[in-house]
Amino acid sequence: MTLITEYGLALVSGAWLTLKLSGLALLFGACIAMPMAIARSSPRRWLAIPVRIYISFFRGTPMLAQLFLVYFGAGQYRHELQALDLWWLFRDPFYCALLTFILNTAAYQAELLRGGILGVPLGEVEAAKAYGMSAWLRYRLVILPHAYRIAFPALGNEVILLLKGSAIASVVTLFDLMGQTRAIFAKTFDFSIYLWAALLYLVITMLIVRLWRYLEKRINPHLYRQVMVTPAPAAAARGQTT
Amino acid sequence: MTTQVLHNGRPQTDQIPLVARDIHKSFGNFEVLKGISLTSRQQDVTAILGSSGSGKSTFLRCLNLLEVPDSGDLLVHGQQVHIEKNRQGESVPVDEKLVERIRAHLGMVFQQFNLWSHMTVLENCMIGPLRVLKQPKAEVAERARYYLNKVGLDERMQHYPAHLSGGQQQRAAIARALTMEPDVMLFDEPTSALDPELVGEVLLVMRKLAEEGRTMIVVTHEMAFAREVSSHVMFLHQGRVEEEGAPQVLFKEQQSDRFRQFLSSNF
Repeated sequence: MTLITEYGLALVSGAWLTLKLSGLALLFGACIAMPMAIARSSPRRWLAIPVRIYISFFRGTPMLAQLFLVYFGAGQYRHELQALDLWWLFRDPFYCALLTFILNTAAYQAELLRGGILGVPLGEVEAAKAYGMSAWLRYRLVILPHAYRIAFPALGNEVILLLKGSAIASVVTLFDLMGQTRAIFAKTFDFSIYLWAALLYLVITMLIVRLWRYLEKRINPHLYRQVMVTPAPAAAARGQTT
Repeated sequence: MTTQVLHNGRPQTDQIPLVARDIHKSFGNFEVLKGISLTSRQQDVTAILGSSGSGKSTFLRCLNLLEVPDSGDLLVHGQQVHIEKNRQGESVPVDEKLVERIRAHLGMVFQQFNLWSHMTVLENCMIGPLRVLKQPKAEVAERARYYLNKVGLDERMQHYPAHLSGGQQQRAAIARALTMEPDVMLFDEPTSALDPELVGEVLLVMRKLAEEGRTMIVVTHEMAFAREVSSHVMFLHQGRVEEEGAPQVLFKEQQSDRFRQFLSSNF
């Protein structure tokens, strides 16, 4: 227990960095994933093929290798990057990890969203056409709202996977939850710190699962039974909600 | 509601709402439509009959360019839709924006309703006028309520399509089309996906619309509807118009054996 009183704060600050890193990566990744998914499902090959190559690269190689490629690989081009005024980004391990995670999760999210786009009922897309909606409006009002709902549970999975995967940031000197744990272990040789770290990861993922379940209900009212606006008097008296 | 509101402030001209001339359409090597013509004047109710595979649905879908005809003329309010071949040899409209404008003035009701399932009935009705026609919200909301009331769904407008019966969904789809205030309404077998006991409520709504003087083109298997409500009947067979004319004449005596057979097997 003295372990926690002494190092608890460090552990929590590590968890905070983990959350910041994966949260930002998911957010920026989502921004890139949407246009990529649209391009990926386009019948135009010159749009779809580059995205396919991008996705298969990031899904087919270990994220650790990608991180090393960015963190160590960029150092080889220091002069060029300095000339481009981009050295600040590749010099800092936080930005390197963030960039890697963004590129990685964007590939996964794009592929999940593409599945969602494929799952949109064709008749509804046709109706959107028949009502004079432009391609932009069709995506904005019908296709993407549907695709995100379909992909939503799988995206929740990706959130958890990235959160846990972000532990590799500790390898490039970052003190995220995993990094802090390793540092504490190096000082105390008390392996129970790993249990505490595991517990913290577990609590975070459980909260995410809860949040996702709540959000899923919120965005899919049409899939759940209608909540009556005005319950029938008899049912209300019995305290039932339909 | 006056005709001014119905016609959306656009000047009422003598222009014929919809003319299709000699429409041809093939899927691969199979020629589905072998030259079909149709003129839909204001207040015409055209019933298109035919057995399955006769091309009647394809023809209707050509009218709002959900299928692009390979050749033939299509004029909506005098505006011609020009067609060209793309590099893959598919027929595509030259001016996509014109097609979007035309579609906004042709209300389509589908066999499978095709309501947007993530929107409430009211939202389904409002989204087109708001986002496509860019009309003010208050006006659109009022009109959507008016038409939902007209099809008998005023109690259900906050519901999602999945929580309605098939007949209610189809009536909602009709209200959605009406809220766009279309010049011509296209019905693609609107009762074919419904349970028998739900067909009546949809036909009743359509009958009311015809009586109001809406211009309608209806692909249907409902012979009674074609006979009693339509002003013009077309019978398609293997991609051609086998017989057409006024229902009073056509249902009494038929020139073509095929139409006679079709009628005897559908009554």
